[in-house]
Amino acid sequence: MLASILAQVPWQAPSIDYHAIAPEIVLAAGIVLIILVDLFVGESKKWVTASLTGFVLLGALIPVLTLAVSDPDARSLFDGRYVIDEYALTLKALFLIAGYVVVLLSQNHVEEGDYYQGEYYTLLLTSLTGMVMMASSRDLVSIFVALEFLSIPAYMLAAWRKRDRKSNEAGVKYYLLGVFASAVMLYGMSLLYGVTGSTLLSEIGRQITVDGDFGGVHALAIVFVVVGFAFKVSAVPFHTWAPDTYEGAPTPVTAFLSVASKAAGFVALVTILYVGVPQAKDVWQPFLWVLAALTMTVGNLLALRQSNIVRMLAYSSISQGGFILMPLAVAGTGDAAGPALQAVVVYLLVYAAMNLGMFAVVIAAARTTRSGEISSFGGLFSYAPGLGVLMTIFLASLAGIPPLGGWIAKFAAFRAVLEAGNGWAYGIAVIGAVNSVIAFGYYGNVMREVWMKPAPNGETRAVATPTSLVAALTITGAATLLLGVLPGTVLRFGDLADLVGAFGR
Amino acid sequence: MTLLATTPTTTWYLVLGAVLFGIGAVGVLVRRNPLVMFMCIELMLNAVNLSFVALAKRLGDIGGQTTVFFVMVVAAAEVVVGLGIIVSIMRRRPGATADDIAELKG
Repeated sequence: MLASILAQVPWQAPSIDYHAIAPEIVLAAGIVLIILVDLFVGESKKWVTASLTGFVLLGALIPVLTLAVSDPDARSLFDGRYVIDEYALTLKALFLIAGYVVVLLSQNHVEEGDYYQGEYYTLLLTSLTGMVMMASSRDLVSIFVALEFLSIPAYMLAAWRKRDRKSNEAGVKYYLLGVFASAVMLYGMSLLYGVTGSTLLSEIGRQITVDGDFGGVHALAIVFVVVGFAFKVSAVPFHTWAPDTYEGAPTPVTAFLSVASKAAGFVALVTILYVGVPQAKDVWQPFLWVLAALTMTVGNLLALRQSNIVRMLAYSSISQGGFILMPLAVAGTGDAAGPALQAVVVYLLVYAAMNLGMFAVVIAAARTTRSGEISSFGGLFSYAPGLGVLMTIFLASLAGIPPLGGWIAKFAAFRAVLEAGNGWAYGIAVIGAVNSVIAFGYYGNVMREVWMKPAPNGETRAVATPTSLVAALTITGAATLLLGVLPGTVLRFGDLADLVGAFGR
Repeated sequence: MTLLATTPTTTWYLVLGAVLFGIGAVGVLVRRNPLVMFMCIELMLNAVNLSFVALAKRLGDIGGQTTVFFVMVVAAAEVVVGLGIIVSIMRRRPGATADDIAELKG
């Protein structure tokens, strides 16, 4: 019966470009492999899963590189629902490398804490697969599926220390607000589908135009979708989960959430704004303007009064998110679209390097201090000069001091804003500039502890830093320095970030 | 009586979807039991499903209906994870409300 009905429907298998989805295939195979290996290795050999995860991530990077040098500039699958262009490839590479650094950070932490290693790395890889998919998604359904693909394992990772009340609390807060945000976003998507009759972003972009019937439903749909992603990127006033989740979750997971998960939210937001609703800029520009201004200011002011370093970094990452939103708030004005896209990509690349580096230093230093209080880092330079110098470099980069990567990122963001050149742009630029100065307050405070204060417990020798952390520190430290000294390299990546179909290109 | 005599149109379903979504959203904001908050979120997701199906019917397009399958599957996965997290918190502190779960703040 069913077979005869199915036989009547003409159905053709879509032709799949396997080269284009090779990174995702490698990751999927890796997830299965790690689950299987975890079943068969003994308790003392569980570290194998960590190494395997690293290899899988580097293996997935190979097809990303071959795709970058291969001939067609953009490959489009499933009628344009899954597009591999330079924008997607740049961000896929970012996610994979950031994931690799997170694996390096996790290795000792998870092993010594006796957490469930195999499952931890499986979930980490699953979340990364979702992010890699997100970079290519050009359809409301694939964006939604990718978003949940990356979020659901992250909820579990946040609650990983299941016997610890703080970790439980981190998990439940992240989970409830995350799911609430996706419900709001989905409702926006259903309205968007209702007014355009399609879930394909490029088709929505054709349907939603300023002239014609642009009404309240259109505006509501766009606002709901943006609110959904504002939760994901922890923009004020949708940031309340972030500090609690960041503090309660295991520190490597915090690093992962604050860098990779946030970047994935921005990737989806940019894709929807640039491909889906570029014409409706009169709706999203003012909205994002307010979000960006609030995010920068509130994040900074609350960071000033934190005594726990992870919490301080949580608020600092909220305020950095405001700087990433800043160019988007004027992205529809004049010629600002191109520079704004470039600025967002550059900022995400640099931010990943310096923020992961900062967390790596905190994890390494906390092996000696056994505390997350900022005052416990006093005299770090006197007993662990290497860590002290690295921490200074990352803090200076986060603050945006010239020879380092963070400066290039801020420069690109401000340049994109000034490109728009109207009152709104100058307004947000002034707010951004004031906030860059405020940020020196709390970054400088940590630097003062590290260099000028005596060690609180009369600490004289540091606990040795394990090799995997040294590797993570080397990668992130070199990236932060190089991106600052040779800004051409990162700006070139930004130039590459060509979003197919953006603003009618 | 006249109300019952008319046949329901798509708009009815859209209004119902909006009302359900509103009830769910208000529920998340005012209820304090994590489990009930979670049920309210499920209500919101089902409101979304209802409007997707109604819109698909009005547009004569299969896309909206297929989206609902994705939403249902994802919601099921979320239930599994969410209940796991809520159970682990309830084991440590029976009867905890969202206001009690406030060890982290500042």
